[in-house]
Amino acid sequence: MRAAGVDQWLYPTPRGLYCAPAGVYIDPARPVERAIVTHGHSDHARPGNGAVLATAETIEIMKVRLGTEAAGRFEPAAYGATTNLDGVAVRLVPAGHVLGSAQVVLEWNGQRAVVSGDYKRSPDPTCAPFEVVPCDVFVTEATFALPVFRHEHAASEIARLLASMRRNPDRAHLVGAYGLGKCQRVIRLVREAGYDAPIYLHGAHLAITELYAKLGVDLGDCRAVPDDKSADLAGALVIGPPSAIADRWSRRFPDPVTAFASGWMRIKGRVRQSGVELPLVISDHADWPELISTILETSAEDVWVTHGREDALVYELTRRGLKARALALVGFDEEGE
Amino acid sequence: MEPFALLLDTLTTTPSRKGKLALLSEYFRAAPDPDRGYALAALTDGLFPRLPLRRSLATLLETRVDPVLYALSRDYVGDTAETVALLWPEPTDRPPPPRLSEVVTAIANAPPSEIAGTLGHLLDRLDTRGRWALLKLVGGAPRVGVSARLAKTALAEIRPDTAAHAVGVSDIEEIWHALEPPYTDLFLWLEGKAPRPDAGGKPVFRPLMLAHAIEEQDWASFAPEDFAAEWKWDGIRVQIAAHGGHVRIFSRTGDDISRSFPEIVSAFERHDVLADGELLVARRGVVAAFNDLQQRLNRKVVTGKMLKDHPAHVRLYDLLIVDGEDLRELSFRERRLRLEAWHSAHGPPLTDVSPLVPFETRAELDALWADAREASIEGLMLKRWTSPYLSGRPRGHWFKWKRAALTLDCVLMYAQRGSGKRSSYYSDYTFGVWREIENPEAATGPRGDIYPGHELVPVGKAYSGMTDAELIEIDRFVRNHTVEQFGPVRAVEPRLVLEVAFDAIFPSPRHKSGLAMRFPRIHRIRWDKPAVEADTLTAAQRLVANAANALAR
Ligand SMILES: [Zn+2]
Ligand SMILES: [Zn+2]
Repeated sequence: MRAAGVDQWLYPTPRGLYCAPAGVYIDPARPVERAIVTHGHSDHARPGNGAVLATAETIEIMKVRLGTEAAGRFEPAAYGATTNLDGVAVRLVPAGHVLGSAQVVLEWNGQRAVVSGDYKRSPDPTCAPFEVVPCDVFVTEATFALPVFRHEHAASEIARLLASMRRNPDRAHLVGAYGLGKCQRVIRLVREAGYDAPIYLHGAHLAITELYAKLGVDLGDCRAVPDDKSADLAGALVIGPPSAIADRWSRRFPDPVTAFASGWMRIKGRVRQSGVELPLVISDHADWPELISTILETSAEDVWVTHGREDALVYELTRRGLKARALALVGFDEEGE
Repeated sequence: MEPFALLLDTLTTTPSRKGKLALLSEYFRAAPDPDRGYALAALTDGLFPRLPLRRSLATLLETRVDPVLYALSRDYVGDTAETVALLWPEPTDRPPPPRLSEVVTAIANAPPSEIAGTLGHLLDRLDTRGRWALLKLVGGAPRVGVSARLAKTALAEIRPDTAAHAVGVSDIEEIWHALEPPYTDLFLWLEGKAPRPDAGGKPVFRPLMLAHAIEEQDWASFAPEDFAAEWKWDGIRVQIAAHGGHVRIFSRTGDDISRSFPEIVSAFERHDVLADGELLVARRGVVAAFNDLQQRLNRKVVTGKMLKDHPAHVRLYDLLIVDGEDLRELSFRERRLRLEAWHSAHGPPLTDVSPLVPFETRAELDALWADAREASIEGLMLKRWTSPYLSGRPRGHWFKWKRAALTLDCVLMYAQRGSGKRSSYYSDYTFGVWREIENPEAATGPRGDIYPGHELVPVGKAYSGMTDAELIEIDRFVRNHTVEQFGPVRAVEPRLVLEVAFDAIFPSPRHKSGLAMRFPRIHRIRWDKPAVEADTLTAAQRLVANAANALAR
C-alpha cells in the first residue's frame, strides 16, 4: 500500500491543494507564500502569490496575461529538472495541454504523487507531449470525464473548417477559440493543412499569439482585425474569443460563418446553445479513453479526481478495482474550452 | 455512409436556405449512385417506416455499455440516439464503413427479430457521426431543417450548365411520383446523360391550380358573366390520377394518400383520367362534417368498419387529362363540358360532379353566399370561364369567397403542458401567422426554409376546441417535432396548421403582432395544409379593418 498516507502530506485546503512538508500550494485559488503553477489558464495561474515555480513558458504567459508583477518572485524550472523544496523533490513534466503546461511530480517519504493539472494525449504541434510518470497517487482533471466524450482527430476537424471556407468563398469564417492554447493550436493546424493566407485575430488574442511566435511556434502571418469597419474580410479566417462570436463584434463581418473549436461541441445540445454554424470538436483536455488509459499507465493505486465530472470517472475506476475519490478543490470552473 | 452522415450533421447547424442548398447540391454532385438516391429518399419521403427502436437499442446496449455510465451520459446528453452514437464502444480494428446503400439494404432485408443484431453490426463499422446518422435514419425522417421541396430545388441545381435545358423544381415534381429510390434514372437525366425519365404507365401528380381569397379590388373589376360559381366544399382538395390500372390519390401538396382511401382507388381502377375534386365523407349523398373525414385521414390501416361508418366520396370539379388527352390548355368552360360528358358516360361510383351555382348579378351572388348555411359548405368558388388550368396560384383566375366566419389559418409555434387531467399533454398552444422579414438581421422568428423571407409572429393562444383524440394527435406531433424545450414549453417546427376561430380580433399594442383575439379556439387541425399556405399578418390585419368597417355601417 504505497499510496497509503500520501494524504497526510498532500491534501486540499481552502486555498488549494497543499504539499505540507514543502509548504507549497499547487495552482492555489487564493494568494499564498509559495506556489507551483501548472499552466497559464486563469483558473490555475492567479496573481498575488509570493513565489511562483513554473516552466519558463508558463512564467512568460503569466507576465503577458497578468502583468510582470503577477508574483513576488518567479522561479523558472526546466522540464525534468528536480528542485528540492525542504526535502520534497519537485519536478515539472510536460502535460501536453498548452505551451508550458506541466504535471507536478512530488516525491517525499519514499512516495510519489503526480498532480497533472490539465492534460491531453492527442498530438499538439504547439506544445511538448504528455509524459507518463509512474506514481502512487495520480491527481487527474475530469473536464470531459463521461464516456460520451471522444474527441475527433483535430486534423479532420480542421479539414471540415477548410472545406466550409472553400464552399463559402464569399463569407468570413469566425472561429471562437480560447485565447491561450486553442487559438494557437487552430492556427498551427490550419497552417499544416496548407492554408497560408493571413489569419485575423481579435484584439484579445494578439499578445499571447505573438508570445507563442516569440517562443518558437511558427504561426505564419497573423494580424489584428482592422478597426476600419469597411475592411473587406469576405473569405477570411478570423479567430476570436468564443464570447465575441455571438456578440456585437461579429456583426462587422459580412454574412459570417460562425464556428467554435471546443470539446463541448461533441454534444448537439451544446452546439445548439452556442448557436454556431460550424462546431469543431477540438479539445485541449483528455477525452474519456485518454483519461482511463493515462490513469492505468501511471499504475497509480489511488486516483484523486478534480474539476469536472468526478462521478463517472470515480465510478469507472472503482469498477476497475482502483481506489478513486473526488477531491473537492475550490476555484476551478468549467474551463474555457 | 460517411459523406451522408457529414451532410446530415452539417445541415443541422446550417441556418440559411442558401447554405443548405449549397451543401445538398455539393453532396448530390459528388456522391455515387445508388447512395445519393437513398439519401434523397431519406430527405424527402423517408427511407424506412419508423422502427420500434427503443427496445432494440435497450437490448443492444445491455451487452455493451455499463448501465450506470449510460444513465449518467443520457442525463447529460438528453437524447437517446445521440447518447448511443457517442457511447458505442469503438472496436480497436474497425472494419471499413458500409455505404449508405449497403445500410439501406441490410435494414430493409432484416426480419423484425434480427433488426437489433443488424443495427449492432452496422454501428460497429461506423464512426460517431455515422452512428448518429444511422440512428436518426431508422428513427424516422431525419429532421435537419430540409423540406422535400428544398431537396428537389438542390437537385435542379446539379444540372450542368452545358445541358441543353435547365430544369426547374416543377419539372422534377411532375415525374416524382413515377420514380422510386434510388432514383438512378432521375440523376442521369439531371446530369444530362439520359432523357427525362418516362412517367409512362404510372400515374403522376401535376401541381394543382389554386385560388386566391377574393379581395375588395377584385370585386371592383368583377363581371358576373365572366365567372362560374361553385360551392366551396368543406373537405380536402385531391387530385386523382388513374392510368393503366394504377390509381393514386394525391393531396394538394402531392402527398400520396391512396392507402387511406381504398374504395376510391378501386372506383377509378378502370379509368384513364387526371381529375381534380374534393374528398369528402358522404352518407347517402349527404356530406358529413369535416371531423368525419378527419377520422379517415392519416390512417395507414383502414378497417371494414371505418369504410362503412365513414364512407369516402369525391366531388369532382375539373378534368385535366382524359384517355391520354391533355385538357389543361382548354378553357374552364370547355373542360367543364368535358367533365360533365365524361362523368355521365363513365362516372365511377362514389363520385359526382360539383354542380354549378347559377347567378346573373352580383346581388344574386351576394344572396347565395349569405344564405349558405350548410355545414359542408365553406363558401363559394368563382372561376373565370376562359381560364386554362394553370399550376400554382395565378392571379385573377380562381377566387375563393369564404363564409364570414372569423377564422385564420395559423401555424403552431409553441406548446405547453396543460393542467389537471391534461397535465401530461401539450394542450396549450401558441400560434402565429407569417410576416415578411423586413430586416433579416433582426429576425427572431423560427428559422429554416419553410417560407423563405418570412417569419412567424405569434397572434394568440388557445387551449380548447379540439376533441380528446385530436389533443392526443397534436401532443404526438409536438413531441415528435420539438426543436427546443424550456421547462414545460416546447418550441416546435413550424409545420402544423391550425384553423383558429375567434369571436373578435382587435388591435393590441401589447402584442408583438399588434393584434389580439377574443376567445380563440382550435376550429380544426389542418394536417393537409402546408405551413407556407397559412395566413399572413396582412390577412389578419384585414380582418380587423373589415370588422371596423362593419361596425361603421
Ligand atoms: Zn487549462
Ligand atoms: Zn483546468
